[in-house]
Amino acid sequence: MVQSAVPARFDSVADVRDRLRKVDYLADEGIAGVVYLADRLHKPILVEGPAGTGKTQLAKSVAEITGARLIRLQCYEGLDESKAIYEWNYKKQLLRIQAERTGADGAGKADWDELSTDIFSDEFLLTRPLLEAIRAEEPVVLLIDEVDRVEVETEALLLEVLSDYTVSIPELGTLEAKQIPMVFLTSNNTRELSEALKRRCLFLHIDYPDMEREKEIVLAKVPDVTEALADQVARIVRSIRQLELKKAPSVSETLDWARTLILLGVEAVDEKVAADTVNILLKYQSDINKALREFQSSGAEPNKPWKNAGSVR
Amino acid sequence: MEERGFCAVSDIAVSGTAAITGAPMLELLEGFIRELREAGLPVSLTENLDAMEAVKHIPLEDREAFKYALAATLVKSNAHWRAFETVFEVYFSLRGKQWELTDELGDGADDTEGEGDGELAPLEPLAGLRGAGGDALSPEELAEMLYRALMEGDEAVLRALARQAVKRYAGMEPGRPVGGTYYLYRTLRNLDLDTMLDRLMEQTRAESPVPLTPLEERLERDEFEARIEQLKKEIEAEIRRRLVADRGVEAMAKTLRKPLPEDIDFMHASRDEMKALRQAIYPLTRKLAVRLARKRRHGRKGPLDFRNTIRHSLSYGGVPAEPKFKYPRPAKPEIFVIADISGSVAAFARFTLHLVYAISNQFSKVRSFVFIDGIDEVTDYFDGVEDIAEAVHRVNTEADVVWVDGHSDYGHAFEVFWQRWGKDIGPKTSVLLLGDARNNYHASQSWVIKEIRHKARHVFWLNPEPRSYWDTGDSIVSEYGIHCDGVFECRNLRQLEKFVDNLV
Repeated sequence: MVQSAVPARFDSVADVRDRLRKVDYLADEGIAGVVYLADRLHKPILVEGPAGTGKTQLAKSVAEITGARLIRLQCYEGLDESKAIYEWNYKKQLLRIQAERTGADGAGKADWDELSTDIFSDEFLLTRPLLEAIRAEEPVVLLIDEVDRVEVETEALLLEVLSDYTVSIPELGTLEAKQIPMVFLTSNNTRELSEALKRRCLFLHIDYPDMEREKEIVLAKVPDVTEALADQVARIVRSIRQLELKKAPSVSETLDWARTLILLGVEAVDEKVAADTVNILLKYQSDINKALREFQSSGAEPNKPWKNAGSVR
Repeated sequence: MEERGFCAVSDIAVSGTAAITGAPMLELLEGFIRELREAGLPVSLTENLDAMEAVKHIPLEDREAFKYALAATLVKSNAHWRAFETVFEVYFSLRGKQWELTDELGDGADDTEGEGDGELAPLEPLAGLRGAGGDALSPEELAEMLYRALMEGDEAVLRALARQAVKRYAGMEPGRPVGGTYYLYRTLRNLDLDTMLDRLMEQTRAESPVPLTPLEERLERDEFEARIEQLKKEIEAEIRRRLVADRGVEAMAKTLRKPLPEDIDFMHASRDEMKALRQAIYPLTRKLAVRLARKRRHGRKGPLDFRNTIRHSLSYGGVPAEPKFKYPRPAKPEIFVIADISGSVAAFARFTLHLVYAISNQFSKVRSFVFIDGIDEVTDYFDGVEDIAEAVHRVNTEADVVWVDGHSDYGHAFEVFWQRWGKDIGPKTSVLLLGDARNNYHASQSWVIKEIRHKARHVFWLNPEPRSYWDTGDSIVSEYGIHCDGVFECRNLRQLEKFVDNLV
């Protein structure tokens, strides 16, 4: 491995946090700590958490602050080697062979050995994201998005890259990384990832932010928002998240909501505004109904359904 | 086997890390990881090494960063976080930020070691504030300060007050064999936080120039509840710290060990555990649904479709070059769930119903019946309902299941079921019976199960009791069991998930 040659990207945990803050990504202690560790230990980060909490954004922001190029591999069911790592350019290879045959009419016919080494060379190699990240000269951040969407068997393709930062191509041998890329894998947790994959990664769970942080995020990301409105938005979202919902509002939905309120020229949220715009926060009718009911009540006992759910009969 | 490898490697690690972290740190980590394994977390050897490597890069004084460093390397599933946190708090509660805080203020570090020393230390900021020593405070004054701290949300003061409250009210004595919950209860009872919340709300109402709207009131209440929750956490942490100081790390880790959500026993879950279970069931059902849908799409290897192969062979001049296969179309089973919802098995029935309905698209039809001594069909409650949890809640409160006295009577319930719905059972139906078969010595009427089995495809019985309790007392599970295709112990989510997975 080539680890030792790589200069560290960050000085300390606080350094990570401050620099992320400069690009408007407000990391909490856990996020900053894990990013710092990943840099020091040269390990990929497996980021897990509910949708819309900024998992992908984290990779983008880290790329931005380190001045690295972001290479993204979007996972989907049916992803295979030729889409993830590399592929031979068959058409070009075919043309090359034909050119050899027709070109000099026997006179300059190269022998087969020469030709075969020739057509399996760099020129005919199509790099896909993983190989591209390994071969890049400049610093890169590799983002493997929604890794839980590929089948368990396909996960194995990633293992070599993740643990050794190498790619083996039978015709060319093993290619080592020119620099150690920062690797982020994101997962929405729709299935259990294999032990082998998890073992190779640092694990980071990004949950919904607490109220203070969410308020800061709103202030940072939504132009023209007043402190008071951001505070109110964060509070209401916190209250909504405490309900048992099918899908709790994510950070991106909070931001959408705040932007909507700005566009509508709202200065303070009251019940009516909340009721009219709650469909931006919540996407299921049953959730919306539940939230509306809660808006009407003052939260005093005992109409919180989760408080007495356990004591039937 | 793991143990041996672990020791060998940690020896190497000693030479590597000793310079930075010191041998005591290493020992502590070793014990810490052993405890994590005891608690059921799968910590592999490489992860262990990663953790050792990671702590080298993290300043030890920064407790939060230290915690996240360990978590990132050792805990690979969010469901295990709670278990990890508990172990961490026990092992590292005697170091870190909070202690620095007391050090700044006085001789707080002695505080836990010897009861009684440094009594006033944590309260010194307040003492300066109000001109009174911590111990000299009367209970009323303490309550007043707490009230004000909650009102203002001052975390440092809250922490100091939590300590004072524990010292004063918990009545902790070294060596007393009482669990932490007892001390917690004593402290909270004396503080009377419910009244405190009402007072806070009244104050807010009074201060507001215009009457609060329900929404505003709701938000204020949530805010105060969050602060009180924070206070409770501080109190708990303080009690835990004192207990650790008293009894030692390992003993405390053992008593505080919490089961992982998938291992929580349905029948004996505490309130908190119930909440953890309810939270765990959402991701679980989603995962299960995805897995089952995939199973259906993949693995299509049917027998050779002879006709189709011959037809396609025409384009190759009669050579069957391209074999065609039949796609198997597994029939979706029809499910009847018949669940006992009395007393302690109610939780189990609730989770099973939830799970079955969450994957109901894997079945051609799901019908559900609940009983105690009477029986009622509750299929309608789930019809077109998005929120399964709410439907299940309605089942538990609204279904008409009491016939005489509300004590389980499996025999009568089954008899009525057979009379009213028995004819609906067909050869495609799988019947799930849920309950502990504690029949209060009524007649079993097990002939009903026998009849059902004749008509149905499968009959399964799921029992939330441990196998060793079966057929003890008034449990007659084997009397029914001999007529079933299988009787399964289903005590936790892990077992339940496995059963449902196999069922489809």
